[in-house]
Amino acid sequence: MGRIQLKQVKKSFGDVTVIPPLDLTIEDGEFTVFVGPSGCGKSTLLRLIAGLEDTTDGVIEIDGKDATALPPAKRSLAMVFQSYALYPHMSVRKNIAFPMKMAGMDKAEQERRIASAAKALNLTDYLDRRPGQLSGGQRQRVAIGRAIVREPAAFLFDEPLSNLDAALRVGMRMEISELHKKLDTTMIYVTHDQVEAMTMADKIVVLQAGVIEQVGSPLELYRSPRNKFVAGFIGSPKMNFIEGPEAAKHDAQTIGIRPEHIEVSTSEGLWQGKVGVAEHLGSDTFIHVHGVPGCDPMTVRVGGEIPVHHGDTVFLNPNLDHLHRFDAEGLRIQ
Amino acid sequence: MARAVTTQRKAINTTLAWAVGLLIFFPILWTILTSFKTEAQAISDPPVFLFFDWTLENYAVVQERSDYMRFLWNSVIIAGGSTILGTIIAIPAAWSMAFVPSRRTKDILLWMLSTKMLPAVGVLYPIYLLFIKLGWLDSRIGLVIVLMLINLPIIVWMLYTYFREIPGEILEAARMDGASLREEILYVLTPMAVPGIASTILLNIILAWNEAFWTLNLTAAKAAPLTAFIASYSSPEGLFYAKLSAASVMAIAPILIMGWFSQKQLVRGLTFGAVK
Repeated sequence: MGRIQLKQVKKSFGDVTVIPPLDLTIEDGEFTVFVGPSGCGKSTLLRLIAGLEDTTDGVIEIDGKDATALPPAKRSLAMVFQSYALYPHMSVRKNIAFPMKMAGMDKAEQERRIASAAKALNLTDYLDRRPGQLSGGQRQRVAIGRAIVREPAAFLFDEPLSNLDAALRVGMRMEISELHKKLDTTMIYVTHDQVEAMTMADKIVVLQAGVIEQVGSPLELYRSPRNKFVAGFIGSPKMNFIEGPEAAKHDAQTIGIRPEHIEVSTSEGLWQGKVGVAEHLGSDTFIHVHGVPGCDPMTVRVGGEIPVHHGDTVFLNPNLDHLHRFDAEGLRIQ
Repeated sequence: MARAVTTQRKAINTTLAWAVGLLIFFPILWTILTSFKTEAQAISDPPVFLFFDWTLENYAVVQERSDYMRFLWNSVIIAGGSTILGTIIAIPAAWSMAFVPSRRTKDILLWMLSTKMLPAVGVLYPIYLLFIKLGWLDSRIGLVIVLMLINLPIIVWMLYTYFREIPGEILEAARMDGASLREEILYVLTPMAVPGIASTILLNIILAWNEAFWTLNLTAAKAAPLTAFIASYSSPEGLFYAKLSAASVMAIAPILIMGWFSQKQLVRGLTFGAVK
């Protein structure tokens, strides 16, 4: 079990409020991702749940029990840190055994769990090494191993992949997702990378300046972002925002259209512009078009390869079914 | 790009370094040499450097006249005891200052160090009276406690510096893993800080071993360590330089040998954190 409920949780450091009173429920077994730009309070929120920071106000409930005042060790949560935070003076085996040793579990059971975690994480051959002798990806797996052996009510991940190189990150992302499917335990995952959020989450919590901007499934956020911030943050490349007369035609202060919802033509279209940079990825082409009124540059995504180059004149046709409208406050107009 | 160092420049630097080293080491060398001279040669003018009649007589006399082992044993207990006690107290103190600092932590550190700026004789009277009241005069336990208090600021400062180098996330991981505060310090912090703790302990043993003011003033016969052993050869019997030197060599030999073998550790420890 691992249902976590935050009720009017608030955090201040001195006079500075980093998280104004906030409500959030994370259901048992759910993979929840906290995402937002750096300094948005997502890590602080995770540390509040972990018990590494004290709440200024409000209640944190874990499985219906008030855990606000409990020390981290008593919350039956396990955490994986950005820096892995392995114990450098212990072997991999001892690192993984540490939480069980602290819990006073018997030796035979410890050995059994170490063996099964090592097998699941491909660490069997490395059990007698020190963390310093492992690669970044292996260290990350040790950190995960140390977390799973306790069989916690929930896992907390604090930007666990940001120290890995791009290729490894994609692999670890899938391993963590698979682990979640296998264990079916609540996971809370903090990241600033919206791609990680979109690919891994059951539920995404978008944060800005300590405030929850929107909570929803990845596709809900993609399809109907509640405001301009969420619209701009979710999706890659970013949504194009158009202001001025073009937006007024749709009774909005700002209209938004995603790069993948614009068609490119060399002969005719709603908007006209000149190609600035064309990024040819093979599978896709991203074109940055200058000169579209109210939006400069406008990014367009085209599947496959198209022959456009710097300085070419192109015409753009937005798919109006996927147009997002926002009012003067930046809120979505239904 | 590395700066090019000419051979000539290197030679000059090396000579200079040796000269400075020798200058610092000279008093100790002179003491060792004097301890092998006769009393007459020891005060001869002009002084003799190496060409004298080497003799072990002074050591024999010193050994005969006083119980060296008793002084040595007292020194070991006082230096060792005060260092162990100080370290046990300083580790949690340095932990709290390094990992849960308050607004006043810097002030407290400075205030602790400021006690070292006071001349020791300034508090001799109150401490002496306290010792009489507690019946600690000329006792090992009294000296262990006084020397521990004298050196505590240095131990806390040094440990604080080492602990600051340890990433806080590792201690947080231990807390998440269910470690109590005691377990966190015992199983995670202390083993990680072993090099730092070791050099702190070494330096403190040396400081306590050589501490003379308190050991001379608060002991008579029973608890007197090697500093008192040296002092007993100075004034009362006139100036017997050769015997005084022999006694000094016997007193500093153990710590010198220990320092020699641990110098690598000591230098590493003392320059720790200076270069990140």
